Amino acid sequence: MIERVLTELTIFMLAVWVGFEVISKVPSMLHTPLMSATNAIHGIVIVGAMLVAGALIGGAAGHAIGLAAMILATINVVGGFAVTGRMLQMFKAKPGPPK
Amino acid sequence: MTSAQNALLPAAYLVTGLLFIIGLKFLSSPARAKTGNLLAGIGMIVAVVATGFDSHILGWTDILIGGAIGALVGFVSARFVKMTAMPQMVALFNGAGGGAAALVSGGEFLKMFGVGRQLALGELLPIVLSTIIGALSFAGSIIAFVKLQEWMPGRPVTYTGQQIVNAVVLLAVIAIAVSLLLGAGPWFFVALVAAAALLGVLAVLPIGGADMPVVISLLNSFTGVAVAVTGFVLGNSVLIISGTLVGASGTLLTTLMARAMNRSLGNVLFGAFGSVKTAASGPAAASGGTVRTASVEDVATLLAYGRSVIIVPGYGMAVAQAQHAVRELAANLEKRGVDVKYAIHPVAGRMPGHMNVLLAEANVPYSQLHEMDEINPQFDSADVALVIGANDVTNPAARNMPNSPIYGMPILNVDAAQHVVVLKRSMNPGFAGIDNPLYENPKTLMLFGDAKDSVQKLASAVGSA
Repeated sequence: MIERVLTELTIFMLAVWVGFEVISKVPSMLHTPLMSATNAIHGIVIVGAMLVAGALIGGAAGHAIGLAAMILATINVVGGFAVTGRMLQMFKAKPGPPK
Repeated sequence: MTSAQNALLPAAYLVTGLLFIIGLKFLSSPARAKTGNLLAGIGMIVAVVATGFDSHILGWTDILIGGAIGALVGFVSARFVKMTAMPQMVALFNGAGGGAAALVSGGEFLKMFGVGRQLALGELLPIVLSTIIGALSFAGSIIAFVKLQEWMPGRPVTYTGQQIVNAVVLLAVIAIAVSLLLGAGPWFFVALVAAAALLGVLAVLPIGGADMPVVISLLNSFTGVAVAVTGFVLGNSVLIISGTLVGASGTLLTTLMARAMNRSLGNVLFGAFGSVKTAASGPAAASGGTVRTASVEDVATLLAYGRSVIIVPGYGMAVAQAQHAVRELAANLEKRGVDVKYAIHPVAGRMPGHMNVLLAEANVPYSQLHEMDEINPQFDSADVALVIGANDVTNPAARNMPNSPIYGMPILNVDAAQHVVVLKRSMNPGFAGIDNPLYENPKTLMLFGDAKDSVQKLASAVGSA
């Protein structure tokens, strides 16, 4: 148990460092897509939602929780990536033909 | 299960983690950002498919039904949301993630409780933490959405005894959490969710519209942390890595923005309690100067015969949906040989980089958009600074009025230009409720009216000049 927690804390620490490092050079122009992309990435909680929804434990309450978790997590993932993609589609270096 | 199968899941999660990191890295350059988003998306698919092979998954009904509903809702809202409504859309998706994290922890709690297992403190602590943070982020994001959607006033909501109420709710959250850690049952868990959600509501209510970018960014990082802690609950490395990445990057982004307003995060979150009185007494104290108004024709002439124009867009442009008209005006000016640039304040709009997205939507190339530090020295040599629906980010009170609530915030030095033209709906002060002495500057001309309407008229006047 304690070993597992220590390994997890190591992962956590390294991820904190990587998170700071990767973001520190993003120009403010891209802050909205960036925030939207990180927003999509925390949708990874869908993995946890799948495990809870697929576990078939806890009776009716368990079902409700699993189903709700799946719905919310999928909204987060699909909506997050779709909206980020839509935004980035619009960023152009040269003026395009007017719509 | 063979050892090869055992290694499959962690290996897939490793790939996911890597793709997320590389994807985020790519997002720092406009040219590669699209690829970055795609890579992160592939990482997500890898993780979902791999989890499908997890031996703990016994039934697929709830997963498939929930997934289908979520995918439909997520896709449709992402596809049809207006670019001006992006901040509240992101807030809503963020709330969904926070809610999911809290629910997953709830499910784990129920699972262990259901089989009558006594949970160790080390198992309970992450469950309780991710539930608190997740529920808080969920409810806070919903309030942020409601405010940005203007279903309720965007101004800070304050009342007497607010701090006491908040403190009581915070104490309740702590007390319930401690009872759970000491072995209390499922009803305490429900109470914890309710109290943490209430705390989220109360915490976001007193925060004003102009501070929303900071709040959304902070809630985003909260959800990241909630997901990371959920990873501790499940012993799942990919949740820990991804959640932490988001938590760390979100925290950094939040502090960067608070710094752009020259305020501490604490002041943004709790400042409304103290600043309401100052703001209320502001207008009376500073009025008395004269304001010069101009007609569309005056302004069009000024613009058309200038050599260089710097456009300063703000939230007002977004509200009026004027970005396409602005692009047309700029095109007409460029046809006449006028040099046009855009000055973007880091906190203009209702989320970081909001103006960039709106102007990109209107086909403005990002090479014309300039950040504050880059453009400020150029106002000196500009003939006209055209302020469209921006207020606080141009307010010289930030430079020279120590008693102003925004004193010390770095601003765009529009008053250094030869002429300043301000497009504004009326003389009402901005979101922050603070008077702007810029409007009484002798250099300044005011053009009142709906921003879209005014800009369209300007565009056609310049086009035929």
